[in-house]
Amino acid sequence: MSNIDAYRRRFLLGAGIASVATVAPGLVLRQVNAKPADEAVTDQKRWGMLIDVDKLPNGGQGVVDACKAEHGWGHEEHSNAEQKTQWVRTVKVTEKLTKHEFKLPVMCQHCETAPCADVCPTGASFKRVDGIVLVNKHICIGCRYCMMACPYKARSLVHEAIFDQKPDTPRGKGTVEACTLCVHKIDAGEQPACVASSNGAIVFGDLKDESSEISKQLKARGGKQIRADLGLNTGVRYQGI
Amino acid sequence: MTSRVNGTLATLLLLFTTMVFSGCEDTAPKPRLETAKAKSESCVEPTGVMRRTHMDFIKHQRDETMYKGIRTQKHSFKECINCHVPDKKDGKPVNYLDSNHNLNPDHFCATCHAYVGVKIDCFECHSDNPAGAAPVDANHAVGGSHE
Repeated sequence: MSNIDAYRRRFLLGAGIASVATVAPGLVLRQVNAKPADEAVTDQKRWGMLIDVDKLPNGGQGVVDACKAEHGWGHEEHSNAEQKTQWVRTVKVTEKLTKHEFKLPVMCQHCETAPCADVCPTGASFKRVDGIVLVNKHICIGCRYCMMACPYKARSLVHEAIFDQKPDTPRGKGTVEACTLCVHKIDAGEQPACVASSNGAIVFGDLKDESSEISKQLKARGGKQIRADLGLNTGVRYQGI
Repeated sequence: MTSRVNGTLATLLLLFTTMVFSGCEDTAPKPRLETAKAKSESCVEPTGVMRRTHMDFIKHQRDETMYKGIRTQKHSFKECINCHVPDKKDGKPVNYLDSNHNLNPDHFCATCHAYVGVKIDCFECHSDNPAGAAPVDANHAVGGSHE
């Protein structure tokens, strides 16, 4: 067996193990196929998340912590409570009549028709062709129109100079930021940090692929949008709300 | 008579020249361009090309990554930092600004930008050191023709 064959064998064996790994009984992780680094994203995919609120302990505080750890936000020292950035937060909802309460994590909902991108005067807010709504901070002027337009209060302006950023998450004063759906991880074929931390409560995948886990679950059990009346066709859907 | 005038003029000229160049001993400190981590014999492009046009490579890659999700390593800003900035010095990360908020001569980008007097904006948002980045891969995509 040549060296190349041996290498291939090891690689395929490794890939086989990586593709379906059982973490706990009933919980199976599947590898999301990574695109080659030099290949552009296409509109053949649309990334989305399905959040089962009933399975998330404490309204998804673990999701918030995982997001902070991944992207390094939440350490502003000179900003007041209203100014501090929040990429994701937990929201408590109480139904007026029944007093039924539940909590849910709210972040950028990655709308198909994103109001933030509509109102942005410089084109900094945009939707990538695979459905991820982002801010190009190189051309963001910090006007905050997008923050006013967003019905989910998903965006924040950085009010102070930031140091020691994470290499994959550039953040700077005077620019608007929000959940990126961990785009750097998606491009590497990994799952967003919150999904990985959710113990199966959040399913991530391609909404355009009928055989993906998220599409199957959405078809079988449905998934609600927050403020569905706005007709934004969000990429983030919820169960249990 | 004429030779005396000529002699005086020559002396004055010599004196003047000496005065003019005497101030040049204290030249601006040269940038301290430490060798990048030993990944390859040269950078991803020949040194002369990088000195003139590194900003164009970075800006081009910036848009490719931002809009198309193309994350090749060759002209990646993150990979520049990963290779050119030491992981730690005296146990601390090497930042582009020192404790007095002056450009830090130990930082590869900062030392040259201080020398040429060109403001550098990248690090107002981007990480200025390889913190948490994957370790340097000796086989990373060092491409292009090398001189």
